[in-house]
Amino acid sequence: MRDPANKNGGWPLFEVFIRSKQGLSHVHAGSLHAADAKMAIENARDVYTRRNEGTSIWVVPSEAISASAPEDKGELFDPADSKIYRHPTFYTVPDDVECL
Amino acid sequence: MVHEAGSSDDMRERFDAWVAAENKIEPQDWMPEGYRKTLVRQISQHAHSEIIGMQPEGNWITRAPSLRRKAILLAKVQDEAGHGLYLYSAAETLNFSRDQMEADLMSGKAKYSSIFNYPTLTWADVGAIGWLVDGAAIVNQIPLCRCSYGPYARAMIRVCKEESFHQRQGFELMMALSHGTAEQKAMAQDALNRWWWPAVQMFGPPDNDSPHSAQNMAWKIKRFSNDDLRQKFIDMTVKQAQALELEIPDPDLKYNEETGHWEIGEIDWDEFWAVVKGHGPASRQRMANKRNAHADGAWVREAAVAFAEKERAGAQNVAE
Repeated sequence: MRDPANKNGGWPLFEVFIRSKQGLSHVHAGSLHAADAKMAIENARDVYTRRNEGTSIWVVPSEAISASAPEDKGELFDPADSKIYRHPTFYTVPDDVECL
Repeated sequence: MVHEAGSSDDMRERFDAWVAAENKIEPQDWMPEGYRKTLVRQISQHAHSEIIGMQPEGNWITRAPSLRRKAILLAKVQDEAGHGLYLYSAAETLNFSRDQMEADLMSGKAKYSSIFNYPTLTWADVGAIGWLVDGAAIVNQIPLCRCSYGPYARAMIRVCKEESFHQRQGFELMMALSHGTAEQKAMAQDALNRWWWPAVQMFGPPDNDSPHSAQNMAWKIKRFSNDDLRQKFIDMTVKQAQALELEIPDPDLKYNEETGHWEIGEIDWDEFWAVVKGHGPASRQRMANKRNAHADGAWVREAAVAFAEKERAGAQNVAE
């Protein structure tokens, strides 16, 4: 996903995910360099949550993330295009029948 | 989205069409080398500006006139560090390492905004920077929130949200001084006199001397020309100066009834280029501080790595 040799003074790169409030999932906020995961969380607090943006932080070493390749987009996602019967709007039902 | 298939001309054509249709480019997508290089240069230069930009204001943290002003200034300088880090993070997605960016800054190969090579001589300069420099930065940065490169656009959205506090605290500080004693008002006017022209120059060379603009506009990296953004800043700031009861240091400044815009006198581009080339009043000091801080911090970075390795080894021994 990223240059694996991308270090900052020997510190590896971590991806940061923030949960903004209980009930919502963690969302990718950005990345930062840290010597280890503990420092990455401490630094993420200062970099990404200075204004109450978070209630919980995840950090993941960037090199641990596997990503789908852009050239596989068609193969992975196009098959869903033709399956319109997976959406409720595909079905015709009478207007006056409730709770459908 | 464009991926590697077909000839490079085909890919380039599909890329141009994709971007022209206001679609975003993400890190793994195919992109022309020129697009990547332009972004690396612009984003890293922007990040370096945030980092070097901590120095002129940091100069006043220990001498802020009240605890309230000190807390505000500390928070602002901390934000600048944060903005630098969001931007480094965005630039790193272009497969350009942070170590290399730091090295380029310290060797002088990479530039940063020339405005930070001016000294902060009085407390009023802290207000003038927030009001004028951050004000100009906002005008520059709001269109960048719609930049075609996803990670840069996302970083800029965060930056812009936070930047508005910077401009407002600066204006409030200037207001307190300009409506204070005669001495305080004179100090505010002196700061405006020194910061006005460098702030106007922040938008870069005039359109007829900005060779990469057309390509950057086509790539949707840039949305408005330097002169258009500059005009927007001038119109907005002249009115703010009136509210502060301060005078813009330009005898040629006049309102054009027909266009509805304020027109300014000649900009000293010789001074601008001299400062860009490293001959600003505080250029050497800014670079020396950066290099010294980097060298002085080396043992901390090394110790942190050694500690992390020791902790990992310890955890492994326990597991065995």
